[in-house]
Amino acid sequence: MQISRRGFLKFSGATTAGVAVGSLASLGVDLSPVVAYARDLRIKNAKVVPSVCPYCAVGCGQLVYVEKVDGEDRIINIEGDPDCPHTLGALCPKGSATIQLSINERRPTKCLYRAPGSDRWEEKPLDWMMDQVAERLKKTRDQYFIETEKGITVNRLDAVANLGSACCDNEECYIQSKLLRTLGIVYHEHQARV
Amino acid sequence: MTTNLIDIQNADVIMITSNMAENHPVGFQWVVRAKERGAKVIHVDPRFTRTSALADIHVPLRSGTNIAFFGGLMAYAMNNDKIHTEYVAHYTNASMLIDDGFGFDDGMFTGYDGDAKRYDRTTWRYQTNPDGSPKRDTTLRHPRTVYQLMKRHYSRYTPEMVERVCGIPKAKFLQVAELFCSTGGPKKTKTGTVVYALNLTQHTNGVQNIRALAMLQLLLGNIGLPGGGVVALRGHANVQGATDLAVLYQDLPGYMAMPLRDVHPDLATYLEKETPKGGYWINKPAFFISLLKAWYGDAATKANDFGYDFIPKREKADAYSQQHIFVDMYEGKIKGFFAIGQNPAVGNPNATLARAALAKLDWLVVKDIFHTETAEFWRAPGVDPKSINTEVFFFPAAPAAEKNGTLTNTMRLIQWHNMAVEPPGDVRSDLHFWYHLGKRIKALYASSTARRDQGIKALVWDYPEEGKHAEPSAAHVLREMNGYVWAPDWKDRVQLKSFGECKADGTTAAGCWIYTGVFPDEKTNRAASRQIDKSGKDYLQHGWGFAWPANRRIMYNRASADLDGKPWIESKALIQWDPDADNGPGAPKGKWVGRDVPDYGPTLAPRAPKNAAGPLKGVGGNDPFIMRPDGVAGLFAPLVDGPLPEHYEPVEAPTRNLLSKQQINPVAKIWQVADGRNEIAEVGSSKYPYVLTTYRLTEHHLSGVMSRQLPWLAEMFKSHFAEISEELAKEKGIRNGDLVEVSTPRGSIKLRAMVTKRLRPFTIDGKTVHQIGIPWHWGYVGIAKGDVTNDLVASVGDPNVYIQESKALLCNVEKAAQQGVA
Repeated sequence: MQISRRGFLKFSGATTAGVAVGSLASLGVDLSPVVAYARDLRIKNAKVVPSVCPYCAVGCGQLVYVEKVDGEDRIINIEGDPDCPHTLGALCPKGSATIQLSINERRPTKCLYRAPGSDRWEEKPLDWMMDQVAERLKKTRDQYFIETEKGITVNRLDAVANLGSACCDNEECYIQSKLLRTLGIVYHEHQARV
Repeated sequence: MTTNLIDIQNADVIMITSNMAENHPVGFQWVVRAKERGAKVIHVDPRFTRTSALADIHVPLRSGTNIAFFGGLMAYAMNNDKIHTEYVAHYTNASMLIDDGFGFDDGMFTGYDGDAKRYDRTTWRYQTNPDGSPKRDTTLRHPRTVYQLMKRHYSRYTPEMVERVCGIPKAKFLQVAELFCSTGGPKKTKTGTVVYALNLTQHTNGVQNIRALAMLQLLLGNIGLPGGGVVALRGHANVQGATDLAVLYQDLPGYMAMPLRDVHPDLATYLEKETPKGGYWINKPAFFISLLKAWYGDAATKANDFGYDFIPKREKADAYSQQHIFVDMYEGKIKGFFAIGQNPAVGNPNATLARAALAKLDWLVVKDIFHTETAEFWRAPGVDPKSINTEVFFFPAAPAAEKNGTLTNTMRLIQWHNMAVEPPGDVRSDLHFWYHLGKRIKALYASSTARRDQGIKALVWDYPEEGKHAEPSAAHVLREMNGYVWAPDWKDRVQLKSFGECKADGTTAAGCWIYTGVFPDEKTNRAASRQIDKSGKDYLQHGWGFAWPANRRIMYNRASADLDGKPWIESKALIQWDPDADNGPGAPKGKWVGRDVPDYGPTLAPRAPKNAAGPLKGVGGNDPFIMRPDGVAGLFAPLVDGPLPEHYEPVEAPTRNLLSKQQINPVAKIWQVADGRNEIAEVGSSKYPYVLTTYRLTEHHLSGVMSRQLPWLAEMFKSHFAEISEELAKEKGIRNGDLVEVSTPRGSIKLRAMVTKRLRPFTIDGKTVHQIGIPWHWGYVGIAKGDVTNDLVASVGDPNVYIQESKALLCNVEKAAQQGVA
C-alpha cells in the first residue's frame, strides 16, 4: 500500500498518526508503510523539546515537536515522553490535548481592556496595559497603605488582593511573592486553598 | 506526598480514598503494577468509579464521615495487636505522657471557650522532666501516654458505630480493617500505602481527616518504608510549587510564617518565637535571613533587621484566606484584585458571592490562556454591564510549552520545561508580567524618600532579559531560589550546593531554602536533568529532575530501619546503617547507605544520644522525624481544633452526630455574609434532605479554563450533569437525561440527570440517606457551557486552613420543566 503525505493526512482526517493507525488496524489494513510514514512525518523536520504536562500534578514528561511553518516555529505535536520514569510515556485525555492550549483559534493573543460600565472589550497595546496596571496599583497602595498599627511597623496594604496560581511556574510564583509582599500585600493566595 | 509514585508498586495493600484512576490516571499505573505483583486494593468512596472497578474491595462511605472510618481502623489496629509496637513506641510520640489537666468529654477537648469559639490549648502538652524533656514510657502502659489516651479516645469508634455513622456494613468494615491492618503488627512483614486528594481536604475537618490517615499509617509503621507512606495527589501542575513558594497568606517561601503584628513585631522576636529548641528547624534563622538577603540584597543589613520591616505584618491569624478575600471584597474592603491563572467566578465556593464581590472592585486584572468567567463576570448571564463599574484588564497568558521554567509535581519533583516556541502576538509568560510590572513599580517609586517605600527601592530585581520580548531569565530566578553566596553582581554569585550552607549572618542569599541543590553551580540545572537508570539499581530515578529536599525521593526514610539501623523488612530495605563505612582519615566509621538520600544525619549512628548542639540539635540516633522538635512523629498534635481527630458532622448534615452531643467541629469557620448570601441548611433538613458531593472528571480540568476551550476535550464531555441513584430517581420521578434543578440555601443550578447504579442510598442509623454527586467544571464561557456548581457551596471552612466544605453539604433535587436544553 502506497500512501502520499497528502493522501495520508486526508485518510486520517489530519488527526494524530497514532489514532489514525489504531482505527485502520481494526479494519485489517496492512499498516507497516503507514506506521513508517507516521514516524517519518513526526520527526522529519521537527525539533524535539522536553516539557512537562501543565494539567494535574502527576507531572508527566512531554515531548514538544516544533517545525518551521511559513518561516515561523510552530508546535506540530505534543506527546508523552517515553523516558519519563514515573509516567513511562503515558498521557491522559487532558495531557493528550495539550497542543490545543497553543494551537487554538479561540485563544486570545491581544490584551483587552473593559472600561467601567462598558459592554465590550477593547484591544489595547501591551505596554499601555502594563503602564495602566502599574499606575492603578501604585495609586491604590498610596491611598490605602497602613504604615503603623499600635506603634508597630506593619507596612501593610489591605486594599489589593492576589490570587496567583498553581498553574504558574515556580519562578513565576516566587517573583510574584517577592514583589507583592514587598508592596505590603497580605491577601495572597492560590488554588491550594480551595 | 511523603513517598513517590514509582514506589507505590512496592505496596502490599493500597487504600485509595480519592478517585485516582480518573483524576490521576497516569499515576494510577503504579497501583495497577502493584496489583499485578499481588497487592490488594481498597477503594473508599461514596461512588463506584473506575478506581473501584480495579479495586478488590469498594467501600462506599457517606461523605463527611472519614474520621469515623479512620478512627474505627485505628481502634481495630490497637485492639487487635496490629500496631507495629517498636516503631510506635520509639518513632512516634505515643510514649509521651500528657498533662494531667488534659481531657475529652462528649465531643469536646479541655479548654473550650464557648464565647470566643476557640480552644485554650494550655493542657494539650507533655509532662516534662526537670531538664524540660518530655516524660516517656516506651512500654506504652502508663495511662497518661498518648497511646493509652488514643486507645480510650477511639474505643468509641466500634465497627457498629462505623456502620451507623458512615453507612458501611459491619462485615465489610471488618474485612477492610483486617486487610489494611495486615500491613502492621509487631512482626511486620508487609507495607501499605494510602492515597488521598481533595476528598479529604474539602471539609470543615479537612486537616484532621488527613491527620487521621497519617496516624493510621504511623500505628502500622508504614511511614518511610518502600510501599508505605502517604500519597497526597494534587490537582494542578504546580500546587506543590505554588505552596512551596508561598503564594499563600500564612507563609513565606520554604514554609516560614508570614509575620503577625502582635506576635512578631521585630526580627529578634520573630526568630525567637518561630525557631524551636530542637530538630532541624533550629536552623530557621539561617533560612529566614537568607530569604531576606535574596529579596533585599545590600539593603538588608544587621542594623535594619535585614529588611524585616519591608515585609508586611498580618493584623491577625483569622484573615486573608481565599474565602476571606471574597467576603471582604463583597464588603468593599478590597479595591484592586489580580487573578493570575485562577478563575474564582467558577472555582470558588459560594461562587455567586465571588462574582458579586468582583463587581465591588475598582479594578481587576486577569491573566489566563483563554477568556475566563472571572474576566467576563461583567457580562455573565443576568448581569447588566452598565451596572458594573469595575475596570478590567485582560492579559493573554502562555502555556508551559511557550516558556522556560519549572513545575513541582505531587511527589516534590521539580522538573524544568523549555520554551519550544515564542508565544504569539502579545501573549507573554506570567514571569514577564510580574517582572515588568515590578520594573515599572520600582521606576514609579524611584524618587520616593518615604520610609514605607524603601522596601520597593531595595528589592533585588536584576534578572537578565532575553529575546525579542525582554523575557526575564527563569534560570536566574531558579538560581536565586536555590541560593548563592551574596554578591551584588551575578558574575560574583557562587551557587549554594545544599541548604546546610545557608548562614544567618547575611553572607548568603536563598529565596527558598528547601529548593537548594536544584542549581548547585551556575552551569547545572538539576531540574532539567533527564537521566534514567535502566539497570534497576536506582528504581527511584534520582537522575530525573530534582526532588526537594536534597533530592530525597522518600521522606522519613530513617524510619525504614529499626533501632539498630537494619531494615524492618529485609525485602523492603531503603536505607540502613553501615557500621564499617569509611568516612575518611580520623573520622569515626559508619554511615547511612542505601537506595535513597538519607533523610537524616548521614553519620548519626543508631541509638546515639540526642545531639546537644549542631545542625541536628535535639535529634538522636532513633529520631526519624527530624523536622519535629523531639524527632518523633506526632500522633498527639495540638491543632486549633483538637490534638486528636474526632468525628463531627459536616456543617450541613442529614443526621445528628451519633458519637457525641457536639454536632459540628466546635471551632469551624462559618462566615457571616451580608444580604443572606451564606444561609445554612439545618441538621436533617426536610427542605434539603440529600447529601451532595462535588467531584471532577478525567476529561476536564478544574474550573474548565484549560479544557472547556479545547475542542477535543469540550466534545468529550460537553454537558453538565448530576449523578443520582436509581432509588432516588424512582422516588422523585426522574429519568436518565431529564433536566433537573439542584438547590441549596445558597442557590440553584439546572443540569441533566445521570441516573446510575454507581451511587447507592446509605443506611444511616437505621434511616435511608440519599447522596448525589455533581462535577463542577462548567461555567458560562467556552465551548462547553453549563451552570456553576460552586454556586451551591457554602462559605464555611476548616479552622486550621479555611478550606471550604464542598465534599459534603445538603441539597434538594427536583425534576425541572423540560424545555431549554442546557
